Amino acid sequence: MKILVIEDDREAAEYIQKAFYEAGHSADIAADGETGFSLADSGDYDVLVVDRMLPRRDGLSVIAQLRARGNDAPVLILSALGEVDDRVTGLRAGGDDYLTKPYAFSELLARTEALNRRSQSKDVETVYKVGDLELDRLSHTVKRAGREIVLQPREFRLLEYLMRHAGQVVTRTMLLENVWDYHFDPQTNVIDVHVSRLRAKIEKEFDSPVLHTVRGAGYMLKAGKGD
Amino acid sequence: MNTLKAIWNTTAARLSALYLVLFAICAGVLVIYMTSLSVSMLTTQTRNTISEEAGGLAQAYERGGLPFLVRVIEQRARQPGANLYLIATPDGRILTGNVQALQPGVLETDGWTEESFFYRRYGEAAANDTTGPHSAVALVLRLPNQMILLVGRDLGEPEQFRHVVRRSMVVAFGMMGLGALLIWFFVGRRALKRIDQLSEASRRIMGGDLSGRLPVSGSGDEFDRLSENLNTMLGRIAALNEGLKQVSDNIAHDLKTPLTRLRNRAESALAAKRSTREYREALEATIAESDQLIRTFNAILMISRLEAGNSAEPTTQVDLAETVRDVVELYEPLAEEKGVRLTASIAPVRAIAGNRELIGQALSNIVDNAIKYSAGVEGREAEVSVRLEQAGAANIISVTDDGPGIPQADRERVTERFVRLEASRNMPGSGLGLSLAKAVMTYHGGRLELDDARPGLTVRMVFPKADAGA
Repeated sequence: MKILVIEDDREAAEYIQKAFYEAGHSADIAADGETGFSLADSGDYDVLVVDRMLPRRDGLSVIAQLRARGNDAPVLILSALGEVDDRVTGLRAGGDDYLTKPYAFSELLARTEALNRRSQSKDVETVYKVGDLELDRLSHTVKRAGREIVLQPREFRLLEYLMRHAGQVVTRTMLLENVWDYHFDPQTNVIDVHVSRLRAKIEKEFDSPVLHTVRGAGYMLKAGKGD
Repeated sequence: MNTLKAIWNTTAARLSALYLVLFAICAGVLVIYMTSLSVSMLTTQTRNTISEEAGGLAQAYERGGLPFLVRVIEQRARQPGANLYLIATPDGRILTGNVQALQPGVLETDGWTEESFFYRRYGEAAANDTTGPHSAVALVLRLPNQMILLVGRDLGEPEQFRHVVRRSMVVAFGMMGLGALLIWFFVGRRALKRIDQLSEASRRIMGGDLSGRLPVSGSGDEFDRLSENLNTMLGRIAALNEGLKQVSDNIAHDLKTPLTRLRNRAESALAAKRSTREYREALEATIAESDQLIRTFNAILMISRLEAGNSAEPTTQVDLAETVRDVVELYEPLAEEKGVRLTASIAPVRAIAGNRELIGQALSNIVDNAIKYSAGVEGREAEVSVRLEQAGAANIISVTDDGPGIPQADRERVTERFVRLEASRNMPGSGLGLSLAKAVMTYHGGRLELDDARPGLTVRMVFPKADAGA
């Protein structure tokens, strides 16, 4: 995945670049809004990571102009402001996701991967498949190895989100946001309990695990062994 | 001199000076108007008198000719009074009357004299004339035989009247000015003295003595009221300052502990040679600890923002029933895992204007607490119930647990930042959950109530009357 990071804090940008590289992605850095805009405008990036407050040109106007020029690369906005309202204005300006500083890199990585342009194509698929696990979005049925599994509506949405991002790390906050539509940090392990319930249903009577816990980050749905 | 200058600098002095000027202008205009009015009235009266006299004399002339007229005039001229009579030859020589000399030119035009003129009364010597010539107005008539008849009236009375008015005006203004100066001086000096006391006291307070207060004289005047208000403000500032100090102490303490733990863990991981797995575990624990720190920071920031009350948080229509259902559903598996029965009873209520995210977060904090504290009780199934109901005009979400509850004395305190009761020190948590819930309720114009559920605790989120329009 090719990522453009528009961030004026050099140390943070270099750290992000290195971390993306270690996760198997390549990242370019732009230190101000103007450079960021011209790079994003000319380059073919899968995801843009844009800081809101930038020298020469602020992040939101960079995004707005990219959108006006027909550039639809997914954008993740980084912000130190972090009002609930900032998130709304950010998303309204054309951002696809929003992350408040300070953030954990694992969160940034998971969100960036979830935004990846190539994963967006799953929007049109009606059936998700991971190994022998199958989820039909139209008939709301889940099968594993041909056997039907009965899920509660929320469990279905949880699995749907996980399967859509199969092979990617999904954090607890991402789950709370996308499955419950709440944007705060749950106090205790509420999400974990939901996941383990779901896990019990899709793994218990089957021989191989598909829903893996990624320590310090979140979960990953993947056929075969996780790490 | 300096005192005078300082007094001039007081508002009281400036105001009285302004009033003095305005009053003087008004009084001046009034006096000028009144004198001119009375002078013109007197003039009219004088002219009427003259006209009547002249009419009588004309009758006398008609009846007995010039000799009779002369007789009548001589008779009248002998009487004391302000009337002037004169008969003169066509060339201006005075024949008879009580006028000895006239301002030249008066007799040359017939009719009313245009302006007042000077004359000298008969028998007054020019030499011992100390008062100078008198002034008068007169009617000049030409008799059929070309003789000139002058009937006039001395202007001494109106002149005197004018003098009296002018003098009284000067005296009145003088007294007014003096009075204003005196009032100004005393009121100004008194105000100045009080202000100096206030400045002195505030300087002391600024110097660091936050317990100091402004003097209150007890007279209940505006200075007292000002001082009392400022004192209340100082009290509030001192309380806030104390609160701030406590919060920063708490922050320092609550953040220092995990930071120290973080550092020690990293240090001990480096201290000896360890396996990759051990390094990994140390690092994972470090990350988990940092995440908790970030969460704590976020909560602090959120509370400050809500308390600052800037309404940047978007307000929409919030369906409380849906929020309650969502949160209960979110926490149900966790409750089950901890052996807590989580139930919900939801009455249909109208949507309120608010922020769904914030209300959801506040409620989940409260439910989280309820599960956490009731789960600790051994030997029976714990129960947490969430109720949404309408009480009067208010919508109330109450969360009741059957845990240990909170003693009456501590209920107010637990909603403060970082306050954790001794009994719960060993439970996970930041001590910010209820503070955030309280801040969210205040932000929505509602309140957070803690009550005894016998046994256990009831936390009520009270939303005030939903405004139908919004």
